[in-house]
Amino acid sequence: MTALALVLAALVAVTCVVAVALPYLREPEPDDDTLVEPGEEGRRRLGLAEARDRALAALKELELDHRTGKIADEDYRSLVGPLRREAAEALKALESGPGRGD
Amino acid sequence: MPELGRAALVVTLGLALYALVAGAAAARSRRRRLAASAQNALLAAFGSTAVAAAVLLAAFARDDFSFVTVMESSSRDLPLGYALSAFWGGQAGSLLLWLLLLTAYGAAAILLNRRRARDLVVWVVPVLAAVAVFFSLLLVAVASPFQSQPAPADGFGLNPSLQNPYMMAHPPFLYLGYVGLTVPFAFAMGALLAGRSDERWIVATRRWTLFAWACLGIGQLLGAHWAYEEVGWGGYFAWDPVENAALMPWLAATAFLHSVMIQEKRGMLKVWNVLLVVLAFGLSLFGTFLTRSGILNSIHSFTESSIGPWFLGFIALVCAFSLTLVFSRLPLLRARTKLESLVSREATFLYNNLLLVALTLTILWGVVWPILSEAVRGESVVVGPPYYNFFLRAFGLPLLLLMGIGPLVAWRRASLRGLLKTFAWPAGTALLAGAILLVLGAGSSVPGLVAYTFSAFVLASIALEFARGTRARRALAGGTWPRAFSDLVARNRRRYGGYVVHAAIVLLAIGIAGSSAYDTVTEAKLRPGQELAVGGYTLRYTRLTERPAANATEVRAVLEVRRGGDRLGTVEAGKNAYTVEQQVSNEVGIRSDFLRGEDLFVIAEQVEPDGSVYFRVFVKPLVNLIWLAGIVFVLGSLVTLWPDAREERRLALRYDDARVPASE
Repeated sequence: MTALALVLAALVAVTCVVAVALPYLREPEPDDDTLVEPGEEGRRRLGLAEARDRALAALKELELDHRTGKIADEDYRSLVGPLRREAAEALKALESGPGRGD
Repeated sequence: MPELGRAALVVTLGLALYALVAGAAAARSRRRRLAASAQNALLAAFGSTAVAAAVLLAAFARDDFSFVTVMESSSRDLPLGYALSAFWGGQAGSLLLWLLLLTAYGAAAILLNRRRARDLVVWVVPVLAAVAVFFSLLLVAVASPFQSQPAPADGFGLNPSLQNPYMMAHPPFLYLGYVGLTVPFAFAMGALLAGRSDERWIVATRRWTLFAWACLGIGQLLGAHWAYEEVGWGGYFAWDPVENAALMPWLAATAFLHSVMIQEKRGMLKVWNVLLVVLAFGLSLFGTFLTRSGILNSIHSFTESSIGPWFLGFIALVCAFSLTLVFSRLPLLRARTKLESLVSREATFLYNNLLLVALTLTILWGVVWPILSEAVRGESVVVGPPYYNFFLRAFGLPLLLLMGIGPLVAWRRASLRGLLKTFAWPAGTALLAGAILLVLGAGSSVPGLVAYTFSAFVLASIALEFARGTRARRALAGGTWPRAFSDLVARNRRRYGGYVVHAAIVLLAIGIAGSSAYDTVTEAKLRPGQELAVGGYTLRYTRLTERPAANATEVRAVLEVRRGGDRLGTVEAGKNAYTVEQQVSNEVGIRSDFLRGEDLFVIAEQVEPDGSVYFRVFVKPLVNLIWLAGIVFVLGSLVTLWPDAREERRLALRYDDARVPASE
């Protein structure tokens, strides 16, 4: 190995080691070293938020399909009710859930 | 300095190993600093791999033949552009490109998601790292691009067929696609490892999947254009295993991009979607294995190949790990909703998925069967175009039809009344187009006529969607028609960008049907001054020329072209004799008529010492629509990929409402 290659290789290795050690160099003695992750309640709420968004997106699609004439008035009326109920139920569950997160 | 390259790759291997072990430990024991350290290791792995790649690229630029890789695929006369593209021309260089792109994707995915989806990224890191460990181990221990030797005076040169501008772009795009499919795979596995049933992994990887899929599509079209120009047999796709290797993951990813919409909109097909991601990633590894292990030459070259058994072992490991994980998490992936009707948008997506997967598996069988046959029975079997063309028609034509049906059908369930109303125009247009084409003589090829009729149906349904959407938008918000149109697309990028991509696929289908089902071919041996007629053209062979080029001697037969009474200029076809490589390549002559979309395609099959030339001449109707499809495909992909601020706000609100930790 040439001297220049040796120096450059050492530089690459040292830079990488510093990058890997950086979290420990920045916080040698942190107050808390625990990852914050969503618990059961957080996951339940996320599921509800996804259900709400899904219902709202479906309503938006239904409106667009109705306006563009893809869905007849009668079909629209039969579909829009259950979708609004789904969205309302998800919203209600999100609002009334015990606590907000963990 | 090959030593620096070798050392950089050893550092990458160390970093990837650390990211795998520390990342897994951090995710299990929920240690924050260790998780951040593992993420930094993957970021640093990109840096060290980039150093290794820069060393190899510099060696190609400087004609440093002390690198065995450079000696094997470059030479002093090779123009710089081709010398640089020789980086991925050999096995070791292409594996280094894989690792470079993998670590780049990994670093970008971590940087963009480490705050937005921190809890998920923690589990993604060990998965990405495991893939990086495999490739860096191959490069360090099995197929090093930094093997060195006393430098010879010159190299062996680059295979002449690779000395083409399209070959400078085709492999990087393919690899951007292959490697990009690692990101959705890593996020899907990360979500399962974390025991999550939500759709965050889909939200986090939507654009990555689209980008990888778009690159794979562009790469294949570039490859098709290269084959058309360079290989010189008159076609652009031959169902070659190497071509199939890129097509299979693209088809699987296409299926995923459609079925994931059902999960997002209806909460269904969770298991199916994860399996499709595993299939797409597995096929991208299989594609690399096919092209790099030597197995396509013969089973013997595979067993002698240094990387083949490693690849096969890794693919088996990935499949075993992924499937075990998916099945162990089945209760989490259970859908709470069911398909309401077999006539609904989601049902058409499901049919589309079944056809795409069936086509993928059929192609896979066509690729694998000759290999298995040779391995087990010792007999070499050829699975040729008739096999693939049969299944392309059997599955491809219904897929084409579904592209037109899907947008016209409502989500959840569609009534007969609604269907009649929405289908009337597109179906009428298609039947009219079919009847006109039949009168014009297109009935000489039934599959061609069916493809054209279905294409007319799809184009009419897409046009109708845009027209009705723009009208509805204008009725709602007022303003001009162009404003209403741009608002419509901007507010529904995935939907309308998707329609543009569908239009590209239709152009592709029309181009393929036109150029393969309705082409004309004539062969003749001509002396200077003699003529031949083909498909309305008359070609007069005027002279044979010979001229030196940068690294070859070019021999060209010059032909004057006339159509009716019009002189259309000249076309040249011939051969290049490469000095260093000691090889001769076919150089076809192509005269494109962009108004008609057709090409006059001339091959000088054999040049005799007395100046007579054996010509094969094709007229390929509509072939230029295939290349136009590429431009439309890029446009549609860009519309779909373009960031949507409204969508970003909606997602931010979702995670805020759920109070999922989003920032450190």
